[in-house]
Amino acid sequence: MSVATSYEFLDKVIRATPDGEKIRKCLQCGTCSGICPYGFAMDYPPRSLIAALRADDFHGVLESDTIWLCVSCFACASVCPAKIPLTRGLLATLKTEMLVGGSIPQELQAALGNSRRYGNALGESPKKRAEWAKDFTVPVPVLSAHKKPVEVLWFVGDYASYHPRAQQASRALAKLLFVLDVHFGILGPEENSDGDTQAFTGEWGLFELLARKNIQAMSKYQFKEIITGDPHAYNAFKHEYPRLGFDRPVKHHTQYLAEHSDRIRALLQNRGPRRVTYHDPCYLGRANDNNIYEEPRQLLRAIPGLELVEMSHNRAQSICCGGGGGGMWLDGYSWEKAHTRTSEWRVKEAVAVGAEVLAVACPYETPRFEDAVKSTGNEGKLAVKDVAELLVESIFG
Amino acid sequence: MDIVVLIKFVPDLVEDLEIDAATGLLDRNFLRLMPNELDEHALEQAIILKERHGGRVTVLALDTGDVDEALYTAVAKGADRVIKITGDGFDQGLGNRRIAAILRRAVGDVRFDLILTGTQAVDDLDGFVGALLAADLGLPYVGYVTQVVAADGRVVARKEYPGGLNAEIEVNGPAVLGIQAAERAPRYVVTSKVMEAMKSAKIEELAVDEVSVENELAVSSMALPESGTHAEMIEGNVQQVAQKLAVLLKERGVLA
Amino acid sequence: MCGEVCVVVEVLRGEVKDITYTMLAAGRQLAAGLKTKLTALLIGRDVQKLVAQLGAADRVVCVEHADLAEFNPDAYLHVLIAVFEQHAPRLVMFGHTATGTDLACGVAHRLHWPVATACRTFSLGNGTVQCSSLTCGGKLIANGPLPEPSCVVTVMPGGYKAEDGQLHKTPTVETVSAPGLDQVRTRFKQYLEPPAGDVDITKQRILVSVGRGIQNKDNLALAEKLAAALGGVVSGSRPVIDQAWLPTTRLVGKSGKQVKPKLYLAIGISGAPEHLEGVPEAELMLAINTDPKAPIFDVAQYGATCNALELMPLLTENLKK
Repeated sequence: MSVATSYEFLDKVIRATPDGEKIRKCLQCGTCSGICPYGFAMDYPPRSLIAALRADDFHGVLESDTIWLCVSCFACASVCPAKIPLTRGLLATLKTEMLVGGSIPQELQAALGNSRRYGNALGESPKKRAEWAKDFTVPVPVLSAHKKPVEVLWFVGDYASYHPRAQQASRALAKLLFVLDVHFGILGPEENSDGDTQAFTGEWGLFELLARKNIQAMSKYQFKEIITGDPHAYNAFKHEYPRLGFDRPVKHHTQYLAEHSDRIRALLQNRGPRRVTYHDPCYLGRANDNNIYEEPRQLLRAIPGLELVEMSHNRAQSICCGGGGGGMWLDGYSWEKAHTRTSEWRVKEAVAVGAEVLAVACPYETPRFEDAVKSTGNEGKLAVKDVAELLVESIFG
Repeated sequence: MDIVVLIKFVPDLVEDLEIDAATGLLDRNFLRLMPNELDEHALEQAIILKERHGGRVTVLALDTGDVDEALYTAVAKGADRVIKITGDGFDQGLGNRRIAAILRRAVGDVRFDLILTGTQAVDDLDGFVGALLAADLGLPYVGYVTQVVAADGRVVARKEYPGGLNAEIEVNGPAVLGIQAAERAPRYVVTSKVMEAMKSAKIEELAVDEVSVENELAVSSMALPESGTHAEMIEGNVQQVAQKLAVLLKERGVLA
Repeated sequence: MCGEVCVVVEVLRGEVKDITYTMLAAGRQLAAGLKTKLTALLIGRDVQKLVAQLGAADRVVCVEHADLAEFNPDAYLHVLIAVFEQHAPRLVMFGHTATGTDLACGVAHRLHWPVATACRTFSLGNGTVQCSSLTCGGKLIANGPLPEPSCVVTVMPGGYKAEDGQLHKTPTVETVSAPGLDQVRTRFKQYLEPPAGDVDITKQRILVSVGRGIQNKDNLALAEKLAAALGGVVSGSRPVIDQAWLPTTRLVGKSGKQVKPKLYLAIGISGAPEHLEGVPEAELMLAINTDPKAPIFDVAQYGATCNALELMPLLTENLKK
């Protein structure tokens, strides 16, 4: 199964990726390497990687482990003039080769092992996946107990279920759905990780295993559409799950809420002036041209007293928080190699534009940016909040 | 160098343990099982030795928990032969004495230079599988092993003592070694390789009927540890806890 | 020795290890309750000089031989079997250690006796002997009888005070010659000394000990700063050492060192028995763990469930004020 030569590897990339043959058109312009947030620390940033493969130096490539710096942020793929599917095709496939060859940082191994064993990367008990909602002020129906058709299946996700900070955003979304009288349900313990991030660490096999479990669970229930607060899950349901035979309408929570913006607007109150900037998650925006940029902004602008300002890198140019592609599980590794964190750059940008609040829309982002606020010495100056949390604060105070 | 590896499934401590009110023992109904961590190290050590010296690695496991997945994963890591031992009552949680007797029967005619297994498991109550099997087979046993060197037909095991001290113990002839840690952390095997193994490899099934076991230990009751001497928990957000702790430490005269 | 309580003395490099005293303390109680004698079985070379430390026993039986100078599993097993085939004690106690666990099962199997491991405490009632073991990472207690006529146990520390196993009495001494050791299949080659030059954590008054909860090597710096502010040193539990985030010399626990500091700050450590063995007596133990059910909270005097990675720098700051 392991590919031995550059040719075989390129062939694999081409066959395994939609539009993979575009890799042959690489101009070696270097825009990809230039825009890559960790390109400076990689032995083979994307352009050099293609050059090495053309020079038949696959061995040299495999000897380096800096591919693990890739956070699968799609920056390279979004700027490539030849539209090569670099992130999903070239880089993720190289990670697969590294895994097959046994090269994997220990931290990542733990996360992948946990995903396989417990259905979540954090190694938490699957039985406790809905504990965040237990005895909460608003009901959060678990579908296996609810037993009735719902309008919306809310796919919560790993971090939103288990991580204490992300759970707060989950509770905020639950309140919003309640206030909007949405008939929804969650999978609870039947839910597994969406698998998208695991796929981008090269573990497509693990992705498929997790996806099939989720598909089996979701197929038991009747619902009109899926919503999720997790852009990675959104990306998976939109682009990858259909390949496995599961193709249902999916929306990110900001998209769904934006559809109800008139009703939400009526509930929002002015809690005082706030200068807020919004961070575009990679997987909501430029990844796979998902291009969900305006709906979150529409919601934020609706909050009375909220002044929305833009950071210098916004929308398709957004700087990754560093959590994708396994980055969430490679913090020690990337720090050792790069001695810098993209999340810190981002926080500095937010501060530079005078923001008091950095609004986010992905469960990876809240803990990552909060850590960066502390490590850049901005504690007390910049708060990090999910869009759902800001809406809830405005409605409930 | 032919090696046999023994894998035992043990309670996964990620889940809360509960006592079955009816039996007064561990409630096994909602127990999640996982391969004993040190057995995974034993497998890793076996594969390392195979990579160095050639030979065959045979893995034996009783039919409990996700045993098929564990065995296919072993194949994906490099095991040559994987054997699932079937029998009655395995899900009730067998004592190690009985497990060793069953393994003794299962090892049967398998040729080996070494048997490797974890030096202990989290649920051990009546001895250790490796040491008991060694005694049953009449073989020497060395536990707490963190390295195995084979040269000139001899095996030298590095045995770990407290405080970073190690000893080299030379072993003559076939032996059982209890592994504390493999020379390297157990390797990751990519899911697609395990899937491949599921398609191409065969798990041999071996039925072991009644084994007579003497001196099994009876457990009369189990309990969850009382929080009788529970710590005084310091409440508040992280800032408040930090302040309170600093005050506490100063009051106790611990500093300087 | 028939029907007696027999403690197999744990010796490493000519020193009697503390677990021996725990066993002697337990053994004295059991022997008294069973109205029998307590024997300490001492195996090695030139071990007579250790007898003075075994005053808690009524009698010390010494088996000496050049081949027994350092622990040799198969040789020691041969000796034990030869001794017990002659005289069957009521109970044979081994330390739950790298040496004791090599031997307990071999003895039990060969002599057709049951074996109970990880025992912490023993009790007597209605003429039966019961033991209580801590298992499943410290999350479960198992109780059961130790059947007659003879039973082997391995003993963990913590159930008895070492001082109760140290008496200034003079036990009677018997020597027994070692059986033939030419069929022994293991041989002690040499010791490999631990790396020198690092801090000796057993001599530190203050330890900031980190476990799996610090998540990655990077966060170690937070613990180092806290330790510096406290005037102490960083130590760790097994997972941290296995990942090579700290050297083995910093390991607290069964396979590491036993420490008795004034202050032990357990950060992100769950409190599995193997670790707690390393810190049986700290004057003040504080535990930080996000899991409120972590066994460490049953041992620490104070605890908090906040995020350790956030707490450490804040505590460091507060201490500097």
